Amino acid sequence: MSQYLLLRHRELPDLDKLSGYRAQGGFETFKKAVNDMSPAEVLTTVKESGLRGRGGAGFPTGLKWGFIPNNLWPHYVVANADESEPGTFKDREILENNSFQFLEGLMLASFAIQANVAYIYLRGEYWQLAKQLDRQIAELEEAGLLGKDLFGSDYSLNLYTHLGAGAYICGEETALLESIEGKLGQPRLRPPFPAVAGLYGKPTVINNVETLANVPLIIANGAAWYRSFGTEKSPGTKVFSLSGNVVNPGNYELPLGTTFRELIYTHGGGIPHGRKIKAIMAAGASSTIIPASEEALDTPMDYEEPQARFNAPLGSASVIVMDETVNMAWLVSKTVNFFKHESCGKCTPCREGTFWMNRISHRLVSGNGSSADIDLLDHVAHQIQGKCLCALGEFSTMAVISGVEHFRPDFETLVGN
Amino acid sequence: MTMKMVTLRIDEHTVEVPAGTRVVDAAKKVGVDIPVFCYHPKLESVGMCRMCLVEIGRPVVDRASGKVVLEADGSPKIQMAPKLETACTTPVSDGMLVVTTSEKVAAARREVVEFILTSHPLDCPICDKGGECPLQNLTMAYGSGTSRFIFDEKMRSAKHVPLGELIYLDRERCIQCGRCVRFQHEVVDDPVLDFYQRGRALEIITRSEPGFDSVFSGNTTDICPVGALTTADFRFGARPWEMKPAASICAQCPVGCNIVYDVRREAKSSGKPVIKRVMPRQNESVNEVWICDKGRFVHHYNESAERLTQPLMRVDGELTPVSWQQALETAAAKLKEAGKGLVTLAGGRLSNEDLFNLRELTRAQGGTTLLHTHMGGGEWTRQLGLNQGSNLGSLGNGDAIVVIASDLHQEAPLWWLRVKQAAQRGATLIVLNARPTRLDAYAAHALRYQPGEAAQAVAGLMGNHKTPAAFQTAREALAGAANLVVFFGSDGLGLTGTRALAQTCADLLMQSGHYGRPNNGLVGVWQHSNDQGAWEMGYAPAADLVGSLKKAKVALLAAADPVGDEPALAKALAGADFVIVQEMFLTASAEKADLVLPVAAIPEREGSLTSGERRAQRFYPAVPAPDGVRPDYTIAAQLGQRLGLELEGRAAGLVFLRLAQSEPAFAGLSYQALSTAEEQWPIVGRRDLYFGGTTYDNNQGMGTHLQPVLKAGERPAAVAAALDTELMDAGDNLLVLPHTRLFDQGSLVRFSRLLVERVATAELRLNPATAKHFGLAEGVAASLNLNGADASVIVRMDDALPPGAAWLPRRVGVPLWAPAAAQVKVMERD
Repeated sequence: MSQYLLLRHRELPDLDKLSGYRAQGGFETFKKAVNDMSPAEVLTTVKESGLRGRGGAGFPTGLKWGFIPNNLWPHYVVANADESEPGTFKDREILENNSFQFLEGLMLASFAIQANVAYIYLRGEYWQLAKQLDRQIAELEEAGLLGKDLFGSDYSLNLYTHLGAGAYICGEETALLESIEGKLGQPRLRPPFPAVAGLYGKPTVINNVETLANVPLIIANGAAWYRSFGTEKSPGTKVFSLSGNVVNPGNYELPLGTTFRELIYTHGGGIPHGRKIKAIMAAGASSTIIPASEEALDTPMDYEEPQARFNAPLGSASVIVMDETVNMAWLVSKTVNFFKHESCGKCTPCREGTFWMNRISHRLVSGNGSSADIDLLDHVAHQIQGKCLCALGEFSTMAVISGVEHFRPDFETLVGN
Repeated sequence: MTMKMVTLRIDEHTVEVPAGTRVVDAAKKVGVDIPVFCYHPKLESVGMCRMCLVEIGRPVVDRASGKVVLEADGSPKIQMAPKLETACTTPVSDGMLVVTTSEKVAAARREVVEFILTSHPLDCPICDKGGECPLQNLTMAYGSGTSRFIFDEKMRSAKHVPLGELIYLDRERCIQCGRCVRFQHEVVDDPVLDFYQRGRALEIITRSEPGFDSVFSGNTTDICPVGALTTADFRFGARPWEMKPAASICAQCPVGCNIVYDVRREAKSSGKPVIKRVMPRQNESVNEVWICDKGRFVHHYNESAERLTQPLMRVDGELTPVSWQQALETAAAKLKEAGKGLVTLAGGRLSNEDLFNLRELTRAQGGTTLLHTHMGGGEWTRQLGLNQGSNLGSLGNGDAIVVIASDLHQEAPLWWLRVKQAAQRGATLIVLNARPTRLDAYAAHALRYQPGEAAQAVAGLMGNHKTPAAFQTAREALAGAANLVVFFGSDGLGLTGTRALAQTCADLLMQSGHYGRPNNGLVGVWQHSNDQGAWEMGYAPAADLVGSLKKAKVALLAAADPVGDEPALAKALAGADFVIVQEMFLTASAEKADLVLPVAAIPEREGSLTSGERRAQRFYPAVPAPDGVRPDYTIAAQLGQRLGLELEGRAAGLVFLRLAQSEPAFAGLSYQALSTAEEQWPIVGRRDLYFGGTTYDNNQGMGTHLQPVLKAGERPAAVAAALDTELMDAGDNLLVLPHTRLFDQGSLVRFSRLLVERVATAELRLNPATAKHFGLAEGVAASLNLNGADASVIVRMDDALPPGAAWLPRRVGVPLWAPAAAQVKVMERD
């Protein structure tokens, strides 16, 4: 391991306590920003750092903040802590152990776009984290780090937590906004984009927890320092959630650009029981299934290479490893069932397509399918593509199409003769 | 106001449309049908169903120069978007190229239809929508013809879910387009429907108690693009292709909604055509594509077995059937005898033609024509009413609307909707009433006055009367209005109060110059469909109806039931020497009559009505009249014939021509003019794949505004604010104020069994403080002694009502037409 930026709690004591975090210089950056920096300076530093969104899309964070118009007020920042991609558990570790760094990042983001109110949207299952964050926000208010006219300036900021009710789609930023507004969690049409018409119709920045946790260090140490980690186009470190058939599953904070091989074998301890690796999913259930060739293992994990080589976006970097015992048709049936369960139902291709794919894949894995069903499954997946209102529908097809393409024999073995 | 225009290409067409137009509408304009399910031009587009996916290309712009890059041949270089886009959500832009005919688009349509059908039960043979179903049509046009989905794997859902007693939901047929949800939320602001659950389990639910509590609920069945929503009235009633449409005008209130009666011959009616359902007919100047539930469901009176079908004459004290000839001859003889002693009391339900012939008949004898109403002020709506070019749908930013003493949502639901929409478009809405109403929510100024002081409130709005400061603000808002329409009603008022109110409103309009041009003037929220027409022809309510009836030698009552309305009138009518009643039913007045002449109902004949906006509109025969009944205008003409009068009775159109010659307001109008159709935009009703069958396009005419009564530049007769008030202080008694409910116990509603649950009952609503003062408690039965009669009511507390008075609906079995002082006592339990 090089150096922890986000999982610093693994090295530093008492980082989960306000006193412990402040002992490490915590909230000095925020104070400095409010007292000595202009919002534009904070924004420019983040822009120059090359920080990209850690929620999955990898969109440049500074650019996103820069879209906020200055003729429409008020502005909002929403932290996306809905972490619901299967295989992703990085935000949870940050929130459990290093939440003050995340909160400071959220506060800096709010200052940068001059939002006076920010929300933290947590998935419903994180209710204990919400209680913890509520306590910590109260502590910050007590300590004069949140509230009215901070540090004698005219800048005020309040934070609120908001719990979801158990819907994957609410991790999608516009469905998340609907959910905060008390409506059914369904994505909105874009345009208008949230930067112009977001929460309650006002300009809104939505950032992932991990993205925000990077911000205090970037402001404290500068963009150049941050760019010393990772690759040119994908700077910084990333928390990789490693799971599946590996000896040591867990979160690993590594520079972007680290290869799959290093993550799985050097840090993850390789495949148990001496089995052979068969496939990798780099982005949880939304992944393209990558056959674990030598070339694949040597691919650097950043926002460019897996996409370019295997049409497999890195997403939230929840790396799931499958060994030779796993039948990919079974795996596909699991992802399809997940998306069928989580489709919001707003647009036809996703609502009906995931339902249909689930019927077919269920038929296949239960031994009642035919060879034609494999083609039909593949065809329905292609039929969903390019027609959906949001990305969920597209995600539901990734594992299906790549699974059938690369592992057709796994499907064929399930088909009765 | 100039609108920025945008030019684009759609397939081989070039089209110019206003900026902001959606691609789907621009395409419709040049006859290109882009198929849709969730999109409806009256609703916000949501892009949910994905049926309207098209290929869209935009000109390539050179970033450095900002200029459009040109191809070698000089045409702009077009960059096609990588993904298909939804035509219903994408606004047009200059130079855009829309391709709807490519294989890629055809495939997308085929595939989306296939997706929708995976969950659809395909029960078209037993589905009410079959034959006029967009899903069926679009499947035929774009579907693949075969299914790859295994039928047994279809999702099963509830098929007969009553959302309320009026509307049923079939959850299997529902394609989750959300049109009904958006209609209830966006258009009528009764957000009682919602989506529930998610994914394939996503379903429509009602959130109100009672279910689907909205007076506009039936419209959701029109806009539903499948057979998911059906009315309890029509479901399993008939197949669309068996029915013939007949254009008509709804006669339930003064709005004059354009409707269609769908008619079919039925074995159970001995092969006679019967009305199976009522649908809106598009008229963007009147009701757009909507109607209220009263207009949709009230049609059953027409087929009632209680209809009178032969003349009745009192013989030896008993009403006895006689021939028409005998009846007419007796009546003619009595009219001749009566001379000046003839009093004709007409109801506002009569058509223009009926009213004209009755007037001519009465005038020829030197008799008196009276309008049976509790509402005055028509002399002012006649002079200052709306003229040609007026359209509530065109009012918006910079305009103002005043609504005073009316609960439009209950009295004229479509006016409520149109006024609300005008306010939402930016018109300044000022609502004045003694009590809160549903229009307050959209008002820039919702003002209160003391019960009975409506005219004073208007005077206050003009600065002529001492009123609270809020009136001052409203007055300022009114001052700069480009156009002003004033609606006045009879909420809490009777004849004297409304007359004073109308006159004061007239004063306001004249002082501010808001008359004599389009979109300016006075509108009466009358209680009947053609009260305005009656006023135009010189009918007016009697100052002393009791006296008039008592003195009458012959009282001729047409569509009026004074006996049923008020004990005092019953007594007065007993004083008349001879009473002739023209009616559909044996009303209380008919029971007391000496001669009863059975008449045809509106769907059984031709005629025209004048709406409160002074728009004359034609209705056409939908079903044959029962043997033995005649239209009122024919009866009047046949009586005239026997009295040597040449009245036209052969056809309504000919009567109308006479009316046009005689009455300046109708000058130049003819049935041809009234039946001229104009293209309506947005295109909704065309019977094609687009919105097939969901509403009717208007081929039978938009109607025409009456002529201005005042010549250009002419001022109306001098008018001053009239501050006559009715009873405002009941002393030790309880002041009871009347108001009008949509579903009352009027003579026609009771025949529609479906509406029974929604009908208003004799509930006395009052503020708890007032209730306490009179020793009344929530839910108790109380006895009211008012206008000389005892009536029992149920007491309901209502915090929203101001103290000092109580409110009771009209036509709920209590003779209450104007504010009245009532002795009230709690009824002892037996």
